[in-house]
Amino acid sequence: MLIRLLRQHLGRYRRLLVVLLALQLVQSVASLYLPTLNADIIDRGVVTGETSTIWRLGGVMLLVTLVQVGFSIGAVYVGSRAAMGFGRDVRSALFHRVTAFSAREVALFGAPSLITRITNDVQQVQLLVAMTCTMAIAAPITVVGGVVMALRQDAGLSWLLAVSLPVLAGSLGLVVSRMLPKFRLMQERIDNINRVLREQITGMRVVRAFVREPQEVARFDAVNQDLTRTSLSAGRLMAFMFPIVLLVINASSVAVIWFGAGRISRGEMTVGSLVAFLSYFTLILIAVMMGTFVAIMAPRAAVCAERIQQVLDTPTSVLVPHEPVAALRERGSVELRDVGFGYPGAESPVLAGITLRSLPGQTTAIIGSTGSGKTTLVNLVARLVDATTGAVLVGGVDVRELDPEVLWQRIGLVPQKPYLFSGTVATNLRYGKPDATDEELWAALEVAQARDFVAAMPGGLDAEVAQGGSNVSGGQRQRLAIARALVRRPEVYLFDDSFSALDLATDARLRAALAPHTRDATVLVVAQRVSTIAGADQILVLEDGVPVGLGSHEDLLVTCPTYVEIVDSQASTREAA
Amino acid sequence: MSTQVEPEPGSAGSTGPDAAPVPGAAPEPKPAGGPPSAGPGIGRMGALGMPVEAARDIRSSTRRLLQRLRGDRVGLLAVVLLALASVSMTVLGPWLLGRATDVVFRGLREGGASGIDFAALRRVLLAVLALYLAASTLQYLQSYLLAGIVQRTMYRLRADVEAKLNRLPLRYVDRQPRGDLLSRVSNDIDNISQSLQQTLSQLLTSLLSLIGTIVMMVVISPLLAMVAIISIPISLWMMRTVTRRSKVRFIQQWGHTGRLNSLVEESFTGHAIVKAFGRQREVEERFRRTNEELYRASFGAQLISGIIQPLMMLLGNLNFVVIAVVGGIRVAAGSLSLGDVQAFIQYSRQFSQPLTHVASMANVLQSGIASAERVFELLDAEEQSPEADPVTAPAPRGRVEFDHVSFSYDASRPLIDDLSLVAEPGQTVAIVGPTGAGKTTLVNLLMRFYELDGGRITLDGRDIAELPRAELRSQMGMVLQDTWLFGGTIGENIAYGNPGATDEQVREAATATFVDRFVHSLPAGYDTPIDDEDGVVSAGEKQLLTIARAFLANPSILILDEATSSVDTRTEVLIQRAMAALRSSRTSFVIAHRLSTIRDADVILVMDAGRIVEQGHHEDLLAAGGAYATLYNAQFAAAAAEVA
Ligand SMILES: Nc1ncnc2c1ncn2[C@@H]1O[C@H](COP(=O)(O)OP(=O)(O)OP(=O)(O)O)[C@@H](O)[C@H]1O
Ligand SMILES: Nc1ncnc2c1ncn2[C@@H]1O[C@H](COP(=O)(O)OP(=O)(O)OP(=O)(O)O)[C@@H](O)[C@H]1O
Ligand SMILES: [Mg+2]
Ligand SMILES: [Mg+2]
Repeated sequence: MLIRLLRQHLGRYRRLLVVLLALQLVQSVASLYLPTLNADIIDRGVVTGETSTIWRLGGVMLLVTLVQVGFSIGAVYVGSRAAMGFGRDVRSALFHRVTAFSAREVALFGAPSLITRITNDVQQVQLLVAMTCTMAIAAPITVVGGVVMALRQDAGLSWLLAVSLPVLAGSLGLVVSRMLPKFRLMQERIDNINRVLREQITGMRVVRAFVREPQEVARFDAVNQDLTRTSLSAGRLMAFMFPIVLLVINASSVAVIWFGAGRISRGEMTVGSLVAFLSYFTLILIAVMMGTFVAIMAPRAAVCAERIQQVLDTPTSVLVPHEPVAALRERGSVELRDVGFGYPGAESPVLAGITLRSLPGQTTAIIGSTGSGKTTLVNLVARLVDATTGAVLVGGVDVRELDPEVLWQRIGLVPQKPYLFSGTVATNLRYGKPDATDEELWAALEVAQARDFVAAMPGGLDAEVAQGGSNVSGGQRQRLAIARALVRRPEVYLFDDSFSALDLATDARLRAALAPHTRDATVLVVAQRVSTIAGADQILVLEDGVPVGLGSHEDLLVTCPTYVEIVDSQASTREAA
Repeated sequence: MSTQVEPEPGSAGSTGPDAAPVPGAAPEPKPAGGPPSAGPGIGRMGALGMPVEAARDIRSSTRRLLQRLRGDRVGLLAVVLLALASVSMTVLGPWLLGRATDVVFRGLREGGASGIDFAALRRVLLAVLALYLAASTLQYLQSYLLAGIVQRTMYRLRADVEAKLNRLPLRYVDRQPRGDLLSRVSNDIDNISQSLQQTLSQLLTSLLSLIGTIVMMVVISPLLAMVAIISIPISLWMMRTVTRRSKVRFIQQWGHTGRLNSLVEESFTGHAIVKAFGRQREVEERFRRTNEELYRASFGAQLISGIIQPLMMLLGNLNFVVIAVVGGIRVAAGSLSLGDVQAFIQYSRQFSQPLTHVASMANVLQSGIASAERVFELLDAEEQSPEADPVTAPAPRGRVEFDHVSFSYDASRPLIDDLSLVAEPGQTVAIVGPTGAGKTTLVNLLMRFYELDGGRITLDGRDIAELPRAELRSQMGMVLQDTWLFGGTIGENIAYGNPGATDEQVREAATATFVDRFVHSLPAGYDTPIDDEDGVVSAGEKQLLTIARAFLANPSILILDEATSSVDTRTEVLIQRAMAALRSSRTSFVIAHRLSTIRDADVILVMDAGRIVEQGHHEDLLAAGGAYATLYNAQFAAAAAEVA
């Protein structure tokens, strides 16, 4: 997974990576040359006491160091570019993927987990890449070079390398393999922290109202403890790494001296080359230690890469057709042909056998009891979900064959839960039409009966709106959401119970203002109040997802007992008055 | 070996990132961007302006972070002792190895090839080996303990944030981008933990071995040691120059991470709108911009902190050459043995290595401190007024009085001004009025979600500001205009206000509020997991669930804010009956637009623009022909129209 992710997203930086490799190569060669110089300085300078030789060789050594440092810095520059660029690209790819998701996939992962994946998980992989680019990439070069140089010094001791390297690699591998499952858990637990906390922030009023703080603290404490436990056991495993590496390095140098002494006594080696050999040996093992740094990061990054890839690999259930139809066949009509919809795994479908046709200029109302599938129907038209049976046509084209962009451009949706984004009134209203003028915005506000209160807000159109619209009242939020749809001047309006938070006077005024505005558009309106929909051209009555009546108000009063019941439930007011 | 004064962990930090500030230069901390001087008290609304004030307190953030670690005093002491022991051993190692080399040399000099005393060599080497083994073991123990200390500290930090969250005024939380808050807990605390875990142990070991090495060098040759020690101030200076720059980048990096997180969080929350309005491209464009900024900051941070290592390497090698020269002269002069020079050179490398290490660790630590800064910022946010002392309350009767109350969300826009009302025990008070009139606000005030600007609200004669919030709220049961379910089963959600409720009671409440009807059809029934957003239940069903919740809470005061606005009218009529029974014995506040639902209220308050414009019985108000009559007639007209 990690490899795949890297291959896919580091590819762009191939040229940078080649440069990086070159820089690191020079840098490593320079650093490999240094011990030889060291040995020379000792053997030919210090031992003999020739200060001038020391100065000369020292000068060379400093020069080499300078080269090494220069190239190192270059490598850090290039490596950081590539690593951070990689992180940025992966975040972009993830975000792009998720925006293409339908509600179903978002629910599948859960928003909190998706959020963690985009920031935290990418951060981990990015860190690994950065470490690799700036440190670890030099390690193999140094190891190979070090081995070559060590062999040149004394091949007779080199078998020690063949022992200590595998020992080192093996023990590190063992630790790493145990860390993998820990980190998998750890990322999930960060998800959980995110989930619980996000919920508590959203539901803060309810939590406080019901005095549930102690329980919520306990709930958080549970996930907090889980995370702590997992981090702790991962951290304790990590604690093995450096001591092991150090032990192997140190034990190896002891071995070098022991066996080296033997070779010296047999006259097969000089003291100078023993020292040099020791230096190379240490250099190699230090390179391995640098690798260990990365090895410490690798398991977590691998898990994160897996989680990232999982999102990237999930196809959206609202597919974009290969050759999408780019234009509607007719202006904004809406047609449902024997449509059914069911959630995967659910026993009975949410909607079944819905047939409906609505033309521009017509208003189709949908009424039905709670949970009867009204929102689902609206979502089908907006193609937020796809029908499981039958077909939904907008403008005479099956929505599944239509370019979603084209579809969404024609639709003005006012969802049942009006969600506003943080920003200003204007940014929210321009959501569906970025180039709308202030006049257009005011006109829409006028229709939505929102002009007065927006004008009264400090800043008017530039008044601040907090996330979710939490700083305006429920009815104001709903009207802003209506205005947002109106600004688009779409061909199809979808009002999902959008007048529920309005008082009746406002509701009546709004509908009166709306009529001319939507004259040549197709309007689908979900409502509970008969008064809101009595004037509709046709009314669809839903009961448990099945149509039980379709016709005008007058027709239905005669033909549809369910509708009559609904009317009666509201008429009681009138009679009593 | 010699024991000298050991630095305590506190001072370890001072050698690190923010080593003694250069006195004289520049008058004390200068805020990076220079925020419009906020003045004392609450800097402009506390929230929103967050990132500007950064950089100011980074020194105290370091201190605070270390202080938090000190919560584990004993553990920390053990870690320092272990580090001390293991470092002494690793420092002794090369010295012993130098003895080993000496044995080889001596053998060579005295008896040629066969003159090496292998028995002595073996003894020395075995001792070294044992030493290293012990050192590694101790080091392991030290890291092991440290992992515990760091993780427990992070645990406490997260718990503190959670506790803090419960003490923050809603005013603050409403304005804070949710994603940014989340990022502080998940990303920032994670980053602190990672950087502490990575650096602390090494920082400690490196510092100690630095000191140990210096001691050994002084023992072998004070003159050579001098040469080596000179490089310390130079490297400290380099470290300071670099960390100061990387610090700024790290602060930016984590700030941008928070911003990106909130952008992502918001887009995912409003996912359906983003799609239906065809705004993916624009949202992605916004994302791209923040992402680009994040990229730039992370790149800068990575680059600058990556530079320190090569720089220190340069210094180390420079040092080496000088030592070699001086050492060579000394050997030539015969005042130093070759083995000693050998050992010394080994030390000088062992000396520059921890120095380099300390430098790069100090840098990694910067990242953690930048994050800590963000967490502390949250922890420092102004809290709601402290809780009043609990009082032994007499049995609640439920008389509520608003006494000349004034309130505004925004000082520049007065909302409620001098409002008074009384609800007698057992009464049902209906509040009607156009949207935005301030109905929900009244509820917010009664629940003490916000504090009053003037006047007082009393419950059974006692000022609610003098009651502990929990005590006040536990007497209320409410259905909010904005429904909310927490992630759990349907049953748990119903029992939210009454965790001790039996299954039986849950089912009863559910039946009374028509929740049972749809839960019945779910395969898992009351055990069906739901949460606020994945939409397993429809909007109306969700509202029914919150009604059931208030039902089961069995409060002495009931507050219903548009409780049935999304429920179909047939169900509503039935629910009204159930609620009427519930209301009969307790004071209730009912807010509704469907006037049918409040006709038989004891008092109807008509609100407009934050004021009560009318109050009285349904009939009286109708007869008065005022605002209520207008509202009512609008409804009547509508109802009439539909039958016409
Ligand atoms: N958190 C907030 N911050 C700032 N202003 C707010 C906040 N909440 C509400 N307001 C403003 O206060 C006024 C009263 O709002 P409130 O929610 O009390 O109205 P309401 O009578 O409940 O209306 P509705 O019937 O629409 O729910 C409105 O103008 C609204 O914009
Ligand atoms: N993700 C889901 N998984 C399973 N069932 C679901 C899911 N979303 C909705 N449902 C079910 O589908 C049914 C129809 O829901 P829908 O939201 O369309 O109802 P509605 O008619 O809009 O109701 P309301 O009037 O309350 O808004 C409900 O019974 C609901 O429980
Ligand atoms: Mg619905
Ligand atoms: Mg309200």
